[in-house]
Amino acid sequence: MTTLDSSKEIKKNDSEASEHHEDFRMFGLITFLIADGMTFAGFFAAYLTYKAVNPLPDGAIYELELPIPTLNTILLLVSSATFHKAGKALLKNKNSDTQKWLLVTALLGITFLICQLFEYFNLPFGLTDNLFASTFYALTGFHGLHVTLGTLMILIISWQTRPKEGRITNQNMFPLEAVELYWHFVDGIWVILFIILYLL
Amino acid sequence: MLNKNFYLILIISAVFGISFWIGFNVNLLPAKASINAPIYDELFKILFIIGLIIFIGMTIAVIYSLFKFRKRKDQYGDGIALEGNLTLEIVWTIIPSIIVLIIGLYSYNIYDRMGGMKELNHSHEMMTSNTEKIWAGISQASNNEVASNNLSVEVSAMQFAFLFNYPKGEFISGELHVPVDRKVSMKMESKDVIHAFWVPEFRIKQDIIPGQPTILNFTPTKVGKYPIICAELCGPYHGGMRASIIVEEESDYKDWFNKNTKTEVSL
Amino acid sequence: MTISIDPQDSNTKSLQPKGWIRYFSFSLDHKVIGIQYLVCGFLFYLIGGTLASAIRIELASPMSDFMPRDVYNQVLTLHGTIMIFLWIVPVVNGAFGNYLIPFYVGARDMAFPRLNAVAFWLIPPSGLMLVASYFVEGAAQAGWTAYPPLSITTPQSGQIIWIMSVLLLGGSSIFGGINFIATIIKLRRPGLKLMQLPMYCWAMLGTSLLVVLSTPVLAGTLILLSFDIVAHTGFFNPVLGGNVVVYQHLFWFYSHPAVYIMVLPAFGLVSEILPVHSRKPLFGYTTMVFSIMGIVVLGLVVWAHHMFTSGTPPWMRLFFTIATAFIAVPTGIKFFNWVATLWGGKISINSAMLFSCGFIINFVFGGITGVALAQVPFDIHVHDTYFVVAHFHYIVYGGTVFIIFSSIYHWFPKVTGKLMSEKLGILHFAITFIGFNLCFAPQHWLGLNGMPRRVAEYDPQFQFVNQISSLGALLMAISTIPFLVNIFLSIKNGKDSGDNPWNALTPEWLTSSPPPVENWEGEAPLVEEPYGYGKPISQEN
Repeated sequence: MTTLDSSKEIKKNDSEASEHHEDFRMFGLITFLIADGMTFAGFFAAYLTYKAVNPLPDGAIYELELPIPTLNTILLLVSSATFHKAGKALLKNKNSDTQKWLLVTALLGITFLICQLFEYFNLPFGLTDNLFASTFYALTGFHGLHVTLGTLMILIISWQTRPKEGRITNQNMFPLEAVELYWHFVDGIWVILFIILYLL
Repeated sequence: MLNKNFYLILIISAVFGISFWIGFNVNLLPAKASINAPIYDELFKILFIIGLIIFIGMTIAVIYSLFKFRKRKDQYGDGIALEGNLTLEIVWTIIPSIIVLIIGLYSYNIYDRMGGMKELNHSHEMMTSNTEKIWAGISQASNNEVASNNLSVEVSAMQFAFLFNYPKGEFISGELHVPVDRKVSMKMESKDVIHAFWVPEFRIKQDIIPGQPTILNFTPTKVGKYPIICAELCGPYHGGMRASIIVEEESDYKDWFNKNTKTEVSL
Repeated sequence: MTISIDPQDSNTKSLQPKGWIRYFSFSLDHKVIGIQYLVCGFLFYLIGGTLASAIRIELASPMSDFMPRDVYNQVLTLHGTIMIFLWIVPVVNGAFGNYLIPFYVGARDMAFPRLNAVAFWLIPPSGLMLVASYFVEGAAQAGWTAYPPLSITTPQSGQIIWIMSVLLLGGSSIFGGINFIATIIKLRRPGLKLMQLPMYCWAMLGTSLLVVLSTPVLAGTLILLSFDIVAHTGFFNPVLGGNVVVYQHLFWFYSHPAVYIMVLPAFGLVSEILPVHSRKPLFGYTTMVFSIMGIVVLGLVVWAHHMFTSGTPPWMRLFFTIATAFIAVPTGIKFFNWVATLWGGKISINSAMLFSCGFIINFVFGGITGVALAQVPFDIHVHDTYFVVAHFHYIVYGGTVFIIFSSIYHWFPKVTGKLMSEKLGILHFAITFIGFNLCFAPQHWLGLNGMPRRVAEYDPQFQFVNQISSLGALLMAISTIPFLVNIFLSIKNGKDSGDNPWNALTPEWLTSSPPPVENWEGEAPLVEEPYGYGKPISQEN
């Protein structure tokens, strides 16, 4: 055991401190989001390739209208801001404000989902109509799944930030920060999706 | 010291000698029956020799180290504390890079000679509508290419057979008959799953993809009967999905063609 | 009071079950999880090996006479999937990674122990599901590549189970990758620099980056494929306007990096084993690190070399040829460095060393055929033939599986505190090496001369060479016997190894063997020179 050079040996007290590592859960979450982002990247790549090489067959309908998705983009961007507000409020120890802002965010998320469903029901094409229709539903559906999960998590953490009894305080902000990062990620994906699917 | 270098040079020249001897004398490939085949074999020979030199060299180095530097009974302690040698490491970064680059450029040249980089001009008068995308294959040009002289064949593959449609004679055959020394231009399309058209003696292969026609051109150079093999897993009878390509003299081919043709054009 | 979720808390660990029962529990101990991965993987290796034997029996005669043709396709699909997703990937990453990485970074456990346990426990159910799919309506039979439209038109239940199972295994792999990246980057003991880490850490960092970047793409692709099968969408179904080549691009975007996910950890492990048994420092540490990262970067941009005959445009073929061939450079550097590590050492010729040297020889061979296959004109002839089968078995069996065995011989004393029998070990090596080369070397010739892969029947002219190959496969099957005997005998009454039988300097040996639950009784040692052989640091041992 000679490599334990005595000069380098850290005292017991230091070692206790050394075992409390910085919080790397956020690091893990970021890595996970990169992985998740790669799934979307795969879908986007498939869609763009289809667009480049597979012509729309004669008589097939694939038309998208802009108003609803534009509204949805605004909804999500605003919800990112409201989530940020919630985090700010928690830092100031104003738990009830945090809860309020989180509920607003969740409401915006739910509105987004309702709008998305409304768009689905009013589109002139269905899931299996043609290649582009399928890709459209797969991409927006997969994103919608992310929004649904995010909204559920926001509702859970807003319950957990309730004043006094809540688990999430400004001492334990990780759950809120984690969901916030996830929510910004989902928004970011939507912006890319909006550009690629609707604008290009 | 001189002695040591002498042995090193001796071993290296032996490795090169053996590799070249094997490369030139051991034939691992089937008969050459198209103009692609000799070009392919040229590349194969070069890669085979370089590969042999590296493989034999590395194997000798490993076995020699195991033997020479093995720990004897009375030995204790460690080997030399050698952690690296920058010059050596740079040398064995640069030399492989150069070899790889040369191989890459050389194989590009080979591919070009096989016609892989050529525009695909399919000489079909019919079939090719404007919306249809033709996907790349090999476009092998023969020495005295006259486009009108090409033999056009449409290949359709299905589980588990190839069918060859001769548009000029308006008949369909289960065997591919082609005249020797004439460019054959095939447009291939699959009816169900992905298949592949492979003739080992021609050194050519092209997947046959449903929904996307592919082109494969070749020029047979040797009379004979060769197998056409499906090389892409296509279902339970994939192993049995075979056909034959029969390369024959122009006159024999004409006889066969006239016997099969339904239209009276040739009479 | 909130529940402590500090993974490094030793209190959490002392609550874990003790004794053999812990290997069947939801243990959070990285050492237990590592063994769980290894044993689970080995059981699947035996299943996959049985399937391989069935294939070789079928191919001993030119006719399709041993099993029905569709069963043959199921067997080859399951063989590929099991060997890749349930044996090699979980074992070289999960098993050795979990066991060794916390030691190497000087930690008590992985960064996320619960995630780690979840990642492992996803494997047995999905593996069993995959094997059991045979009894439902027949397993998947479109090959492990599951190319549509074949995978859409074959019986659906098997294909859907296959997709679900691979998705779960992919998830397990991603969780593991996240854990390894966080552990290596964030959990290093104070004072330990990145460039002092043992090489396996670098290999696992590179591998995990590939896992995190490429596996999700496979997941997305398989989700689309399952839509095609279940919901009759047309992503990859040409009848409905889909594009089958897009599937191949997306699939190989994962599955080519998957080759590096299978071999990079083996590169790391062999870098640990060679210095110890040749008593010399690892040659060229820095170039090794850079070559690993070079392989990671290049590995992400070479996928289309699997599709040279799929109708890709010429510029794409050219780009992927050059990129693929250049992977040979960093890989070559590593092999030259390993031979230089042996050079001038005091080499103990034991089972671990022999398997490592066998790995070098086999992998160099597989690498050379790999460079040849990267050349478009060369590949056009041999694509989808037995030449390719031989090539990748030289990489994954002759390469990675040899290193798995080498590592088992090397770290067995660490895990059990017992030595393995060298006589049986060398016998195991001899049969494996001869059997392996006898089985796969002739297949190169078969491929060049016209035998496609994945066939149950072939031309009678190939029968003799196929029988040699089957004989080799028989030897490989037999080679498992001395190995298993060795394992059981050594666990039962092997000689005591002491804490550090190889006098190794890497951190996992600087504690008792087997290690305590907390890995070290006191403070984790700071190992600044894991390869300090021939230096004062090593003489003191």
